[in-house]
Amino acid sequence: MQAVRPLLSMLGGVAILASLSATVPAGAKDLTFLSTQLRPMEEAQRTRTEILKGSPVPVDFVPEEPPQLVIHVQADMKSGSPSISLIGALHGELAPLVPLGALSPLDSMDDMLKQAGVPAGMVTLAHLGTDHLQYVPWMQATYIMAASKQALQYLPAGAKLDSLTYDQLGQWAANAEKALGRRVLGFPAGPTGLMNRFFQGYLLPSFTGGVVTTFISPDAEKMWADFKSIWQHVNPNSTNYNFMQEPLLSGDVLIAWDHVARLQDAFRKHPDDFVAFPAPSGPKGLSFMPVLVGLAIPKSAPDSSGAKQVIDYLMQPVTQITTLRVSSFYPVVKAPIPGDLDPGLKAEMAAVQAQQNAPDAHPALLPVGLGSHSGEFDRIFTDTYQRIVLRGQDIHKVLQLEGRQMQHVLDEANAPCWLPDPPSQGTCQVR
Amino acid sequence: MGRHRLVPYLLIAPSLLFLLLLFFVPLIQTIALAFQTGSGIGLGNFDQMAGDLDFVTAIKDTFGLVIVVVPLQLALALGMAMMLRKVRFGRDLVLWIWTIPLGISDLAAGLAWLSILTERGYLNTVLFHLRLIPRPESWLTYETPTALFFAIVIAELWRATAIVFVILVAGVQLVPAEYEEAASVFGATAWQRFRRVTLPLLRPSIQTALILRTVLAFEIFAVVLAIGGTNFPVLISQAFIWQNQNQVYGVAAAYAVLIMAITLAATLFYLLALRPRAGEPA
Repeated sequence: MQAVRPLLSMLGGVAILASLSATVPAGAKDLTFLSTQLRPMEEAQRTRTEILKGSPVPVDFVPEEPPQLVIHVQADMKSGSPSISLIGALHGELAPLVPLGALSPLDSMDDMLKQAGVPAGMVTLAHLGTDHLQYVPWMQATYIMAASKQALQYLPAGAKLDSLTYDQLGQWAANAEKALGRRVLGFPAGPTGLMNRFFQGYLLPSFTGGVVTTFISPDAEKMWADFKSIWQHVNPNSTNYNFMQEPLLSGDVLIAWDHVARLQDAFRKHPDDFVAFPAPSGPKGLSFMPVLVGLAIPKSAPDSSGAKQVIDYLMQPVTQITTLRVSSFYPVVKAPIPGDLDPGLKAEMAAVQAQQNAPDAHPALLPVGLGSHSGEFDRIFTDTYQRIVLRGQDIHKVLQLEGRQMQHVLDEANAPCWLPDPPSQGTCQVR
Repeated sequence: MGRHRLVPYLLIAPSLLFLLLLFFVPLIQTIALAFQTGSGIGLGNFDQMAGDLDFVTAIKDTFGLVIVVVPLQLALALGMAMMLRKVRFGRDLVLWIWTIPLGISDLAAGLAWLSILTERGYLNTVLFHLRLIPRPESWLTYETPTALFFAIVIAELWRATAIVFVILVAGVQLVPAEYEEAASVFGATAWQRFRRVTLPLLRPSIQTALILRTVLAFEIFAVVLAIGGTNFPVLISQAFIWQNQNQVYGVAAAYAVLIMAITLAATLFYLLALRPRAGEPA
């Protein structure tokens, strides 16, 4: 009996293999599109049946877990017959493929990007610090502001929603508090809220022009002092908020900042009650954090010309809108907003576009290259905020202390600087 | 004959194996993880834990809760167990209602209390309609630490007094009525009977209940998470944050080891403090 068992399992394995190969259709030479995004089963299915329906080249869409991407691409390159022709992944997920020499430059697509109206800052990002275009920006999400229309009457004189400054935001919140007797500005500073991203992508770079290199600087001290005074008008329940759509819908908060996907319900349920608008600007412009997804072609691609055709197709305004409907990822090209678009998506889309096209806008990326240390890096921002804003500790001393911690984390991860900090030779340095 | 001697060991073997695999092995692994640092074996993780912004707060909050909650629960449960002795009609119904919280998960209990105590919760609604407050008050923010503390105390009293109560009820049922009757024959008052007769006879049950409750109180997590979020750090929530958010497993393990040391010390304390004195029945 014991000898029979391995035989049986082997037979089972053969049967599974046979059934697998039987399900691969005759068009086994469909172009393989490996993607870390649009991964949930329903989204992946709709990607195949809706987004890729009109593709000029038949595509086999293969979702992959983000941590597996690099391993998968490397294994594919080294195998005798590589299969992957197109990769879709976050900016930070594509970055590690560049030093491996895995990506083929896409400079020939530069003109197409210009014509399609992809913002220049995004194209620069897609060079990943090299002289060549490493990927084509495909779709994006980001963080924006939302306000109840009730709050608009308290805007300070001369302030415009589309070009608000942090000073004006503070004034606005103060006015509203004075009139309503309660604090109605809110931030997602709860246990699973994305407050870290506010400091990393918005507040700090808007005041200092950097994140890591300027973490300890007079500009950063001014930023924390300013934010501390804004915080006087922030709803104290903010340290419990995770998704700002909830307090916006309940009316506890009238002005909020959060990720587009975490504000959407408010716009979807009451499109007439809320307005979406870009994040405020600071002394160094409007810094915002794009969550950028790109399309790249591996050097080993069996069908790179087919892949380029698929990229062209995915970048068309119509396809980009279909992608938005399927995934809630916003277009990177100039695309007309269709009349029948979900009101939640529509309201946000205008703000997303206004934010990235603002004259003083500059992108600040999600941390790149920290790997397993990203949690520790985020904690430095939470702790700094806790110490300065909630516990009233001395700003200068806190920044010195937390800056040392940050350097320690960067050293351990051996991470070079990422935007908005200038490129570094070796590990990024807190100055 | 030899076969019969083996039977008891065979019968307990599955549970032993189960504990060994799912309790003892992870325990050893956690301890090993806590003392592992990048450069070998050392106290680096404990250093980092002690330097954690919320470490001191978490210690204070956790001990504060245990010191306030456990004695209150013991007093309440004793009172309830004594009252239940006098109930003749509908005793089972009362027992059943008092033990309902036992069947509710601690996270669910925390969320139920959150919906009562939150800014737009039931408590504020009632107070507002009675015109006791002009507008909804926030009780659970970082600006109201005292209210937040008592909110968690109330939720914990509601949720976890039942387990103490059940253990004491079982103990009370074992106390023969003759002792008390004899005491009253000699003219002891109700308080004297409780203090001198019932309470000493209940000591084993009280010891069990206290050990169980104190250990669990040091491990309080879900109720705090639901009601206090990050505004009320306790030791377990810090371990959770280091494990899940910061993803520094060594520091999370250091917290786990610290909690284990504290609960072991508490257990030892009760075993010694409540041991039968010379001449008393065990």
